[in-house]
Amino acid sequence: MADTMHAGEGHTRRDFIYLAAAATGGVAAACALWPFIHSLNPAADTLALASVEVDLAPVQPGQAIKVMWRGKPVFVRNRTEEEIKAARDVNMAELVDKQTDESRVKSGHENWLILVGVCTHLGCIPLGTNTGESRGDYGGWFCPCHGSHYDTSGRIRKGPAPANLAVPTYEFLTDTRVKIG
Amino acid sequence: MAHAHTSTFKNPVVNWIDQRLPIFTMLDKEYGTFPTPRNFNYFWNFGALAMFVLATMIVSGVVLAMHYTANTGLAFNSVERIMRDVNWGWMIRYIHANGASMFFIVVYIHILRGFLYGSYKKPRELLWILGVVIFLLMMATAFMGYVLPWGQMSFWGATVITNLFSAVPVVGESIVTLLWGGFSVDNPTLNRFFALHYLLPFVIFAVVFLHVAALHITGSNNPLGIEPKGPQDTLPFHPYYTTKDLFGLSLFLIFFAAFVFFAPNYLGHPDNYIPADPLVTPPHIVPEWYFLPFYGILRSITFNIGLPFSEIVLIPAKLGGVIAMFASILIWVLMPWLDRSPVKSYRFRPLYKWWVLMLIIAFGMLLYAGGKPAEQPYVLVGQIGTFLYFLFFVGLPVISSIERPLPLPTSIAQSVLGGGRVAATAAANPMEKA
Amino acid sequence: MRRLRSLIVAGLLGLAGTNGALAAESVVPPHQEWAHGGVNSFLSMFKTFDYAAAQRGFQVYKEVCSACHSMDLVAYRNLTGIGFTEEQVKAIAAQYEIQDGPNDQGEMFTRPGLPADHFKKPFPNKQAAAAANGGKAPPDLSLMVKAREHFEDYVYAILTGYEEAPADHPIPDGTHYNKYFPGHAIAMPAPLFEDGVTYADGTKATIAQQAHDVVTFLAWAAEPHLVDRRSTGVKVILFLVVFAGIMYAAKRRVWADVH
Repeated sequence: MADTMHAGEGHTRRDFIYLAAAATGGVAAACALWPFIHSLNPAADTLALASVEVDLAPVQPGQAIKVMWRGKPVFVRNRTEEEIKAARDVNMAELVDKQTDESRVKSGHENWLILVGVCTHLGCIPLGTNTGESRGDYGGWFCPCHGSHYDTSGRIRKGPAPANLAVPTYEFLTDTRVKIG
Repeated sequence: MAHAHTSTFKNPVVNWIDQRLPIFTMLDKEYGTFPTPRNFNYFWNFGALAMFVLATMIVSGVVLAMHYTANTGLAFNSVERIMRDVNWGWMIRYIHANGASMFFIVVYIHILRGFLYGSYKKPRELLWILGVVIFLLMMATAFMGYVLPWGQMSFWGATVITNLFSAVPVVGESIVTLLWGGFSVDNPTLNRFFALHYLLPFVIFAVVFLHVAALHITGSNNPLGIEPKGPQDTLPFHPYYTTKDLFGLSLFLIFFAAFVFFAPNYLGHPDNYIPADPLVTPPHIVPEWYFLPFYGILRSITFNIGLPFSEIVLIPAKLGGVIAMFASILIWVLMPWLDRSPVKSYRFRPLYKWWVLMLIIAFGMLLYAGGKPAEQPYVLVGQIGTFLYFLFFVGLPVISSIERPLPLPTSIAQSVLGGGRVAATAAANPMEKA
Repeated sequence: MRRLRSLIVAGLLGLAGTNGALAAESVVPPHQEWAHGGVNSFLSMFKTFDYAAAQRGFQVYKEVCSACHSMDLVAYRNLTGIGFTEEQVKAIAAQYEIQDGPNDQGEMFTRPGLPADHFKKPFPNKQAAAAANGGKAPPDLSLMVKAREHFEDYVYAILTGYEEAPADHPIPDGTHYNKYFPGHAIAMPAPLFEDGVTYADGTKATIAQQAHDVVTFLAWAAEPHLVDRRSTGVKVILFLVVFAGIMYAAKRRVWADVH
């Protein structure tokens, strides 16, 4: 009978069994849930495509190209001497996100600026890569969505964006070939 | 707050919600204190198991749909990408594919329980009919789901089954064209099947809700088939049947897991690992095993039905097969009225016991014949199976009328506890004649 | 009643396996021993692939089968699954010229293969494959082991089942007699020869050995997560057995004063 189930001895053991049942059940549910959640993470084929090689030879000084990497544009810019100088002459105190230009390029390849081309504000793609596009007040990139201005090192100088354009991991395979990712 | 529900839960948050929307009161009433016959055997686990499998199918299906592409050029490879590249994709897909088989195993046993113990009888007729509706929806959902991987069996199964409708007189061809959205099973067909395969499980879920709601109005049947007469005949659903259902579930999961992890293709067909090819029919098209009995009935009607002693054909064989197949399930709806016996459980029914065994054997014969090539002796096995299958239903009014049932126990408690311990509650009348 | 119940359950399970009806003319392939126990075996939960055989099998595929058969679903990067290192996989992939593009000028170009590329197809499309092979395109082998009745045993039997056509069973021109092929007339000529490949590990390349190795490779290709699947299954079932025990104890406790 239901009303007699709490009577008698064996309380401790019964409680232990209920606790064990609830605990194993909980563990089972959590373990069963994980594969379903993890299945939404990038699949093996997506991860395998996570690097891209770019031929730099056709990019003249002053020019930039866009390449696709992980479904996002990456800006590859061959900077002129003046642009590098402009990036390095900045007073660090003026910067929102304080990074030196040196830390954003590879030494020996200072002319090559490689950036994830996604505005750090809300994910739009800044203008300034293609010739004729507005490069903003600092000669780098300009995001038309909410007016963020980036300089020739891709650093945020004006507007709502909180951080500099991100630098992806990349390495130079040769002087004219770079592997991003 | 004048009209607030009176709730007495200890947890203030629960109480606050419950006063405004008494879902916790409802849960407690329907799954907590719900009075349940005390004498269930393990056959009564299968309703809860079916509910569990439905939930599993919906969860795994939603995740699969996030990776699947319903396009004839991409579908097969998108499924293989799930199998190869998506994290745990192989497991989720094998759970879903084998889950369909598990669903049918569980539901077939659940239906058998209904036949054995008279669960379709008054006052549970509508509960039973809702069950038949769920089964039909399950069949439609499973059929369309099998088309989605776009393998050879997907394609040719879809072709054969949709062509069934061409047997309908006059408008048959138009119906088939409408189903296809073209002149063969092709991309439009695949897209609409995907849409419907995603939709129908939620329809099933809604009908299951009605099925359970109806159950909780009438209360459960039980192995004795006599209604509970008072609190001594019932137990609260929780913790008695929650623990029993969970124990049953854990055993069922072992069975399920053995298929998923060790022989996930055992119940499938190898041809579905060949991409669909509209130019090559596989030598031997068979549906998934759970459709075989009905496929067996379809193929057993190899003869035209016409006016005797004339050449006039009333029902050509093709149409006859289709009618027989659909009738074989729809006739279940009539069970509450075909069975005239006042006694529910087969235990007290000396004739029905054998009669229902005949149905089980017929079902087995059809399951066997449906999976074999359309040649002798399989055709004959299928035809005998079809005959016995329908004989069960057609003969049931007669069998149930001439049968003399055995005496029923007075009450559930008396039967379970062997009389002595609840002698006080047992009425003086020891053997209630039904 | 109990008997009836077990009869029904046994019936349902037994008959569930009736999907294996074969065309009248085919011969059941003899059972072979596989280190991995077969891709669809209930009782091989602790078995893994023979990776050395799978690597040799890849060599057989590469040097023999791949002349006609694609394996479109398998990528070079997957080969780490049979024990090749990342460096080896890069080297293997780089042996192939893969078409890519279009480039900025709108032209297709070729480049050395990368691990992310799928196995290079021998023919650009199905029509070309059919045209080059007497009108019948050689099937893709990615799923071959799972796409035939009797799985590995069937593929092995086909590879080793070539015979002289018996006098009472003439076969059409352009086909070859194979004991295990349904209808016996197979378009594929016998693909394997004694020492048709030279194994780096010194294994003698008999026909049987090559067939065994390539079938092991194809079994892996068809079911690359086999070993994961089984080890997960063992853990899941062990857990469920414990869970069932605890639930049984809990149920017994709850019901103790009812019975």
